Amino acid sequence: MKAMNPMKLFGSVRPATKNKTITYLMVLIFFGISGILVQTGSVGSLFTGLLVPMCYYIIMAVSLNLTVGILGELSLGHAGFMCVGAYVGGIFSLLTKDAISQVWIRFPLAMLIGGLCAALMGILIGVPILRLRGDYLAIVTLAFGEIIRKVVQNIYIVSDKNGLHFSFVNTVNPASIDLATKEEILNGPMAVSGIPKDTTLWIAVLMVMITLFVIMNLVDSRSGRAIMAIRDNRIAAEATGISITRHKLIVFVTSSFFAGLAGVLYAHFSTITPVKFDYNMSILILVFVVLGGIGNIRGSVIAAVILYALPELLRGFQNYRMLIYAIVLIVMMLLNNNAKFIQFKAGLGRKLFHRKAKEAA
Amino acid sequence: MSYLEVTNIGISFGGLRAVDDFCLNIEKGQLYGLIGPNGAGKTTVFNLLTGVYQPDKGKVELDGVNLTGRSPVEINQNGIARTFQNIRLFNNLTVQDNVKAGLHNQNSYSVFEGILRLPRYRRQEQAMDKRAVELLKVFDLDQEKDTLASNLPYGKQRKLEIVRAMATHPKLLLLDEPAAGMNPNETAELMETIQFVRGHFDMTILLIEHDMKLVSGICEELTVLNFGSVLVQGNTGDVLNNPEVITAYLGD
Amino acid sequence: MSFISYLVSGISLGSIYALIALGYTMVYGIAKMLNFAHGDVIMVGAFAVFTAMMTFQLPVWASILIGILVCMILGIVIERVAYKPLRGASPLSVLITAIGVSYLLQNLALLIFGSSARNFQSVVTLPAWQVNSQLSISGETMVTIIVTTVIMIVLTLFINKSKPGRAMLAVSEDRGAAQLMGINVNGTITLTFAIGSALAAVAGVLLCSLYPQISAYTGQMPGIKAFIAAVFGGIGSIPGAMIGGILLGIIENLSKAYISSQLSDVIVFAVLILVLLVKPTGILGKKIQEKV
Repeated sequence: MKAMNPMKLFGSVRPATKNKTITYLMVLIFFGISGILVQTGSVGSLFTGLLVPMCYYIIMAVSLNLTVGILGELSLGHAGFMCVGAYVGGIFSLLTKDAISQVWIRFPLAMLIGGLCAALMGILIGVPILRLRGDYLAIVTLAFGEIIRKVVQNIYIVSDKNGLHFSFVNTVNPASIDLATKEEILNGPMAVSGIPKDTTLWIAVLMVMITLFVIMNLVDSRSGRAIMAIRDNRIAAEATGISITRHKLIVFVTSSFFAGLAGVLYAHFSTITPVKFDYNMSILILVFVVLGGIGNIRGSVIAAVILYALPELLRGFQNYRMLIYAIVLIVMMLLNNNAKFIQFKAGLGRKLFHRKAKEAA
Repeated sequence: MSYLEVTNIGISFGGLRAVDDFCLNIEKGQLYGLIGPNGAGKTTVFNLLTGVYQPDKGKVELDGVNLTGRSPVEINQNGIARTFQNIRLFNNLTVQDNVKAGLHNQNSYSVFEGILRLPRYRRQEQAMDKRAVELLKVFDLDQEKDTLASNLPYGKQRKLEIVRAMATHPKLLLLDEPAAGMNPNETAELMETIQFVRGHFDMTILLIEHDMKLVSGICEELTVLNFGSVLVQGNTGDVLNNPEVITAYLGD
Repeated sequence: MSFISYLVSGISLGSIYALIALGYTMVYGIAKMLNFAHGDVIMVGAFAVFTAMMTFQLPVWASILIGILVCMILGIVIERVAYKPLRGASPLSVLITAIGVSYLLQNLALLIFGSSARNFQSVVTLPAWQVNSQLSISGETMVTIIVTTVIMIVLTLFINKSKPGRAMLAVSEDRGAAQLMGINVNGTITLTFAIGSALAAVAGVLLCSLYPQISAYTGQMPGIKAFIAAVFGGIGSIPGAMIGGILLGIIENLSKAYISSQLSDVIVFAVLILVLLVKPTGILGKKIQEKV
């Protein structure tokens, strides 16, 4: 067998496949090295505690970019799907803690159920808003996100020997509850206690890889082209026989499923209260997506990691960190849209790639 | 019965009757022209035929299938493809991907098969790549297949729109001012291309044009539209010499 | 309390939303952007008045004037520094920048005033009106309704009758044509922001008089709700903003009274969604026909 030049082999691969591989490698290398550093105790607990959240924020950003960057519709309620996933998945684990004691059965089930419920919510919300465009769609997604949060904030679930009791008003009527076996499951705006902390780093990274695999392959397929066609020119897409409804629904379902998945990871790592899933979180994720590049999946990964870590690492500045964050945001947006800066970036890029080409020759 | 049979379609916008009692009969394989002064309603007719607007009366039938009142997606799936007066390409997709978007309905692999990269996905994608390049070659665009559509020069963008329309495997091709913004050389080349498309793909073509050289050069029959109504219909030579037509264009 | 009293306080709350919504809608109409930071300008206005009254012991009328002035300057500065350079950028970019400005204002306020809510001394000294044994309307409610009504009338007259007002209409209709007609587009846009911010200041003062607490987050929820009201009424439409705001206030108050105070927001949002489903461009919104 003649020896094959590996670079030549790599060169004949489709550019899309090359790009995806680079993204997978970046994730694996970053978390791989971080994981090792954590194991060897080389990094403090601050950084360690950031790694798992980075994963679910990556999933949130990538799934939102599918809606905002690939489909081209502005969604301001993404946190609502995370909320649904977190609560459904979390409560499932809570209720089945004893019945299904093996984590490797229970946790995947929780993730699946949480994701599916979020996806269902995605359809419920997606169908009515199919006709809306632009700012109107944005405002409705914002409203839906708030509705989900507020509803969850007002649900009270208590279990006793007779089963589950639901209420929308302050803790369920005590007369109907057998106090001896009473257990609070959901207590309105309070945190849910008792969800097993099943999310480990390698599970979280696995979920990131799965999310990237599904979404990047979706984009690089017939459906992805159709979705981007709708984004670029809706009228031409229709005239080319592409169904707007079907593809918008594909996007909503996929995007919300993964947001729900991220929520399940969150619930099994940190405490969940409804107020954490408000529009401030939706906006936070949107910022990740925009700064990482709208439509740029790898950019979302990088932005989620850096921008999530930044305020946390700026804790030294304590009071000023959010202020700095806000200023950085504004400056970045101004720079990104400044013609001179764009030219400067392009020139920099050319210099870097020129050097790489010369080295490879 | 004609291949394309349009009977008495019409539409109003606000108080204005934009198109009224429009009738058209095109036989299979014809190269037909729709002409008229600016604002006559020609693009509106196209929009009525392709489902962008719904006619408030009348009927549209293609190859025996009733297309009246159906959605643009359905109408394309039933055989009508079009280009637009103001080019509507998928600007952030490459030339090849624009064509592959046109091939969307010629393929059937599901979302799951796509995501999991199952054999049907691979087979069909490879076939699509081949077909897209074939189509692009016909229009001499295959060298630019990886260029972003927005980076093509104007003339090539117009051609790409036609390629994309052809990719949807239509029975009837509607071209809305394909020669707009072209110089005489480009127009001559376009005339050849359109005739080639008609012959090679066995295509029926209806085009809107202002360029009389193109119209008289390749169209077999014409309909003249004025103020939303049909003025004259018939074979090209007769129509272009009709004094009413000349008056409509030049005024009294 | 009776239905009438809930209705009246709903109208009062709604007129505040209307004032804020006017700011959103005018800016949207003219600059085609959603000024996400608008809600926080309300907070700044309220804090300016608060500081003038509490720290500097200035009389009420002077404090309010200062508040309006501060907000107008703030609005103009924000427009010049953050929004003007982004004219022509994608709507998403502008939205994110506006979000940045919003965070900036909130965090500045947090730094200066701390995170705990302060008590805001109502600026209204009018005593409550005891209509009958069951109905009493507070001074704040009356002043709010009267002031906002006057402002809305003046604003409508200004926009339709005065030269700068009509310039605003022209620029929002067709910026290019307006420029060709000799209208100072930059000045008109700046004026719009200034007026919107002034309205926000008034809204802030009235809001904090009605619900006498103030914190860095005071403007956030009313801002969102007023934004919803503006879209509800048809974004870009001034009468729409007024109607949307008042309707929203009424729906919110009646929901609080008769259904649940916790779920009142849910109902408000749900109503918005229903309206938009039936009329996708809002109550008075214009349907924009895309040219094919």
